[in-house]
Amino acid sequence: METLAQILEHFPAWLKAALDARSLFMSDLVMLGEIPSPTYGEAPRIEFILNRFFEAGLDRCSTDTKGNGIGFLPGTHGRQTILVAAHADTLVTDCKDQSIEIRENRMIGPFVGDNCIALAALTHLPTLLQNLQVRLKSNVILLASTRALGRGNLEGIRHFLTHGNIRCDSGLCLESVQLGRMNYACMGMMRAEIHCQLPDPYNWAQFGATGTIIPVADVVMRISRIPLPKRPLTTIIMGRLNGGIAHNNIAREVTLGFEIRSESGDILRELKERIEDIAEETSAQSGTRITLDILSQRDPGGLDIGHPLVKKGRSVLSALGIPPLLYPTTSQLSALRDAGIPGLTIGITTGERRNDLDEIDESVAIEPMTTGLTQLVGILAAMDEGVTA
Amino acid sequence: MKQDSWFRRWFPAHSPDVADVSDTIRAWTTTHTFHHSQFSDLSRLVQAKRQQDVTISLCLPTLNEERTIGKEIVLLKAELMDRNPLLDEIAVLDSGSSDRTREIAASFGANVHLASEILPEEGIKRGKGENLWKALYQMKGDIIIYIDADITNIRPHFAYGLVGPLLEDPNLKYVKAFYERPLTLASGTRVSGGGRVTEILVRPLFSLFFPELTAFVQPLSGEYAARREALERIPFPIGYGVETAHLLDIYNLWGLNAFAQVDLDQRIHRNQSTHALGKMSFGILQTFFSRLKEFKDCSGFPEWAEVLRQHQCQDNNYEQIEILITEDERPPIRNLESYRRKFGQA
Repeated sequence: METLAQILEHFPAWLKAALDARSLFMSDLVMLGEIPSPTYGEAPRIEFILNRFFEAGLDRCSTDTKGNGIGFLPGTHGRQTILVAAHADTLVTDCKDQSIEIRENRMIGPFVGDNCIALAALTHLPTLLQNLQVRLKSNVILLASTRALGRGNLEGIRHFLTHGNIRCDSGLCLESVQLGRMNYACMGMMRAEIHCQLPDPYNWAQFGATGTIIPVADVVMRISRIPLPKRPLTTIIMGRLNGGIAHNNIAREVTLGFEIRSESGDILRELKERIEDIAEETSAQSGTRITLDILSQRDPGGLDIGHPLVKKGRSVLSALGIPPLLYPTTSQLSALRDAGIPGLTIGITTGERRNDLDEIDESVAIEPMTTGLTQLVGILAAMDEGVTA
Repeated sequence: MKQDSWFRRWFPAHSPDVADVSDTIRAWTTTHTFHHSQFSDLSRLVQAKRQQDVTISLCLPTLNEERTIGKEIVLLKAELMDRNPLLDEIAVLDSGSSDRTREIAASFGANVHLASEILPEEGIKRGKGENLWKALYQMKGDIIIYIDADITNIRPHFAYGLVGPLLEDPNLKYVKAFYERPLTLASGTRVSGGGRVTEILVRPLFSLFFPELTAFVQPLSGEYAARREALERIPFPIGYGVETAHLLDIYNLWGLNAFAQVDLDQRIHRNQSTHALGKMSFGILQTFFSRLKEFKDCSGFPEWAEVLRQHQCQDNNYEQIEILITEDERPPIRNLESYRRKFGQA
């Protein structure tokens, strides 16, 4: 391939070519986005993606034992291999209407921002490279990974990285939004649930019996009183609270879902211990059964901001006039990091969750997609020369 | 009595041979009913298109469809023009939308035409049938596919499923869509069919007068593909009766074997109110009776009114609404000199 400066000179032509092929990209986005794909139920969507890989003429299109969809684009030299990955699963299992609307400037529908655009970028990439007449020296593996979210805990991509028969030299994780994100490091993360249940037997007749809601509220209060450091940055997100059936019935069972994020693995472990203590103590005081269930856990780490790969990525963003958003992520990048593979996470367009409609209905902008796709090709071309210098 | 002449002719003492009709329908259903998946090999269809040496146009008639038109154009253009060269053109024929239908359609690469600006010397009429008729003049394809623009679950098979039978059987002239398949349940087979107007109005009428046409699962579906040579020879009602007229007119000219029907699985679109369906039925009845008079020589058939009367009430006030519905028709387009000139016909 060429030097970074030479690559950047192609951008005006690449932007135009990406715009010309926009219908193909959006069509893929709609068709794969309307296939339900809850974690552990991704097979129909992976089948669509594999068909696209076949049609694009990729080699070795297959699924592995975890259901990952894999396509192989051989390089002209093939001395290095770049992994391009996007997760194929969605968080919600019972979405009734998964249809996507195309408006004048936006696309609207469940999960378009998480992670349909990134998956469409994956299926569209071989066509785009062909249209742009970009032949990479490196092999490229396209991976639509399964079991990434929730209890999946990146099981698909981790399996691929540890059991695949090709060693990847570098990786690029795709997320639909936001365009400009350049995640080079991972936040430490622990996603967990606290389950509070009434014991058997429970004295239902006792006046003042509070069921499980009050103890869980107590747990929430005590967690929220834990002092969190600003350096290293640490946060606790209370994301879900489910339980009970009616106003006048004592709730038998309540589940609290939360996530701890920290730049420090030590703080993450310390917080986990403190929350375990809170759960145990509240359980004893309230006479309910409270358990802590860890769904997923990832250690912090990643590249340094001065790493050559980060610099190349920032140069590409800068050449496209996109202000880089540099922050640590909790995405698939941590699987690359754990496997010792230098990598980045990038976004393809801008978007938002539409709180006025539904928590899973998302809205993404159409116009920036061509810039996002050009960015993807630009970074791949830059990685083609290696990521260590 | 004058009434007796047409009444006895069409309600004869002896029914037509039911067994013959049933055999015909059974045979036709076996050989002329398809599922879209039978045509999913697009390279085969593109090859058949080359062998027949035909061009294919897709027409999307619109009136205020800004929520759905973009998706239809993006998917059909990407899959059936850019990825597989099956369609030669996609055009939106708009009745004068007040929303951004035309702008959105153009931004995603469709040719956009205002129906009122096509054949202006023929005057302006409002209705879906008017757009379909003018599309024959505006579009160049030997085969025209018509797909409604309000479908939220559009897929490429809506178009290739309809055109597939025409490309594989040169004797077919018209292919009609249907959407639901009979479901086999524990208690037997659930009756599959069309919407309310189909089952309450059109199917009983066809059963009475044109029983072979009951072979269509959904005679009123808004999606169909046809050869220009057939469409240019038939008149087009401008309003609700256009689908009924197509079936009756083509059946009258070429018989049941000129048709095929294709199962497109599911179609999700707007539901209509009962009052709206009443208006639709009124228009269809006019179209139907005009054919009945013509094809069955019912010279004594009485004239009919063109005012539909519906009721509405608010509190204790009952009010009758009178709606004038004239099922006006455009003549066969090849009767126009401008059309014959454009398409090089003598």
